[in-house]
Amino acid sequence: MINKLVNKTLIATAVATTMVAGSVQAEEITVVSWGGAYTVSQVEAYHKPWMAATGNTIISDDYNGGLAEIKAQVMADNVTWNLVDVELSDAVRGCDEGILEVMDHSVLPDGDNGVPAAEDFLPGALVECAVGNIVWSTVFIHDESKIQGVDGLADFFDTNKFPGKRGMRKGAKPNLEFALMADGVEPADVYEMLSTDAGVNRAFAKLDTIKDSMVWWESGAQPPQLLADGEVTMTTAYNGRVFNAIASEGKPFVINWDGQVWDLDLWVIPKGAPNQEATMDFVKFSTGTKPLADQASWIPYGPLRKSSFGLVGSFHSDANIDMAPHMPTAPDNFKRALQNDFEFWADNSDQLNERFNAWLTK
Amino acid sequence: MTTANPSIDQATALPLKEKLARTTAIQRRRAFLLTLPLVLFLLISFVFPIGQMLFNSIHNNKVSGVVPEFTTAIQKWDGQGLPSEEIFEIFVKDLAKAKKVREVGRTVGNMATRINYEMPGSRSLFTKSGRKVKNIKEGPYKEALIKIDKDWADPQVWLTLQRASYDISPAFYIAAMDMKYNETGEIVKADELYQIYLNNFGKTLWLATLITLICVLLAYPVAYLLSVLPLRQSNLLMIMVLLPFWTSLLVRTTAWIAILQTEGVINDLLVYFGVIGEDGRIQMIYNQTGTIIAMVHILLPFMILPLYSVMKTIQPTYMRAALSMGSKPFYAYRRVYLPQTIPGLAAGTLLVFILAIGYYITPALVGGQDGLLISNLIAYHIQKSLNWSLGAALGTMLLVVVMLLYWVYNRLIGIDKLKFG
Repeated sequence: MINKLVNKTLIATAVATTMVAGSVQAEEITVVSWGGAYTVSQVEAYHKPWMAATGNTIISDDYNGGLAEIKAQVMADNVTWNLVDVELSDAVRGCDEGILEVMDHSVLPDGDNGVPAAEDFLPGALVECAVGNIVWSTVFIHDESKIQGVDGLADFFDTNKFPGKRGMRKGAKPNLEFALMADGVEPADVYEMLSTDAGVNRAFAKLDTIKDSMVWWESGAQPPQLLADGEVTMTTAYNGRVFNAIASEGKPFVINWDGQVWDLDLWVIPKGAPNQEATMDFVKFSTGTKPLADQASWIPYGPLRKSSFGLVGSFHSDANIDMAPHMPTAPDNFKRALQNDFEFWADNSDQLNERFNAWLTK
Repeated sequence: MTTANPSIDQATALPLKEKLARTTAIQRRRAFLLTLPLVLFLLISFVFPIGQMLFNSIHNNKVSGVVPEFTTAIQKWDGQGLPSEEIFEIFVKDLAKAKKVREVGRTVGNMATRINYEMPGSRSLFTKSGRKVKNIKEGPYKEALIKIDKDWADPQVWLTLQRASYDISPAFYIAAMDMKYNETGEIVKADELYQIYLNNFGKTLWLATLITLICVLLAYPVAYLLSVLPLRQSNLLMIMVLLPFWTSLLVRTTAWIAILQTEGVINDLLVYFGVIGEDGRIQMIYNQTGTIIAMVHILLPFMILPLYSVMKTIQPTYMRAALSMGSKPFYAYRRVYLPQTIPGLAAGTLLVFILAIGYYITPALVGGQDGLLISNLIAYHIQKSLNWSLGAALGTMLLVVVMLLYWVYNRLIGIDKLKFG
């Protein structure tokens, strides 16, 4: 009896093995993104459908942005990340420095409406080493159950009107932009002003006014937590994560769109990464019209394909919440908005971060 | 086996002294073979990386590796006005060639980053021109390049290029000492708003000294108790010292966050008992105080253990003898007991100080903005700004400071007197 069972198991195993071996070799790729609700949206809209369609596996990993890990892996000739979700400035810089693979944009599929990829993507979304996927934004938020009447970015810097701590991302970007806009500079003039010493001084002087009330965060999951814990009264944050704290966890947070700084996220392949064929297949799939639109039903980050706009529906867990008005690019949110200038930061981040670090410790 | 075995006759013919020398030489060689794994390990994991760090801090070939022919040409330039048309031509051609390269360390972007360290804001001048330079088909090259971007008419660009074209340069040490090159290439102090490293070195040394002092004050009585209490109590006390020592560093640091934060245990208790008001909560973490408290706690066992091991060996009869001969207790302590604990004290302070000066994780987690130490800045350049050469220069400076202190220490106390337990 037992013998029979063993035999059966053996046969079953053998059959299973031949089946796996017989099918196209299943590949495994590691896709790295920013974690939290954002990664969840990508897993749901990109990873799962692609894995189901191809039989390949995706290992999802988190990081806090920047090129350090990619550079370290490339320099050590031991690349374990296949695909990374980066900001535009890092995509451009990484490409310039030769640590990213050049992407062939001609293989990207047409939009579902037949428009070729080159025209379907928003301007600036296809750069030499990257394919853009979404628009995201840094905004400032407050807890409506604790303070009311927050009007604009100037209130973020007004600790007399709204006493309490403030949270900001540790680093010069995009705090200098916020400081200038709060000081009355129009978004269109911000980078021109920051290119002068006087402009940089003005930005730091504005930051000085709330320096003592500052709590610095580093990963995107922190600010909603800081606000929920009461550690801060207002904080800058990535709009998508805040929305999820509001919509899924019912937090009484309010997003203030005044002076938002928006940016693109793009897929890049570290130089010399293995399994590039499978990785490119995933890039083609995930930046298609439908996955990009699906992604937006998990988190309000705007798809970079025009053909996806019309397909953006309601929040995945609550059909009553229409996602379109929560996008950074929705007309109501876009009145006073600034696009992060990747070239300015590629040129000046070393110097301004040095000054920022010196400023922090003084 | 072609070589003959030495016959017994021959062997006995050798003088005894020589025979002995031979055997001991073989034994020594065998003993050395046993240490070989360790020697190799040290070479691979210690000497080689440190050597590489030293090398990285002065060596950077991001210009000569990208535009090799231009490098040779510009080094002959006299630095007056703008370089000649000939040098411009070589630069344009080299740049067009470099633009096609995608090898890490050899791209136009790598050179742009290198120049940007010394001339902030110049990065895009290189990357943009690199993209357009292929359109320049014929001379005059100077005019054509300046037409792409008028900044090429700025002599400072060429001076910086000339300076950076040398592979070996002190540029990163200059930056690490809060200095910079001015427009004419002289080394001057950096603007006060950008000075950060020397201040931070000073602060790191001061904090490490303070932490060591606090550790001495706290550890001395504990170690004494450990050495004099009856076995049962001292064992219990020892476990209390060792348990945190065995606990993960991250767990202990996080525990301090939970205890000290503004919504944390201590503040909650103080508010509960009415010592402070709800809005008077004390900021004890994410600042220098937090760094000091957490680091003292983490480094304390490194002070207690060497002290304890030395105190354990001190005979209580010495103190009794001193007291019985009429000495005052404090005098007896100072003249009889304290000198005997010096080796342990010295070992403890050296351990704690050197560990503290290079501490990284704890200040990063609880240091906030003013509790950061020099290693956090090194980590910043390795992990964030990717200026590995500057990170290496700072690391080398830290190494030199530690070795200097070690040397002074050796002169004052004598390293052979240390006793680690």
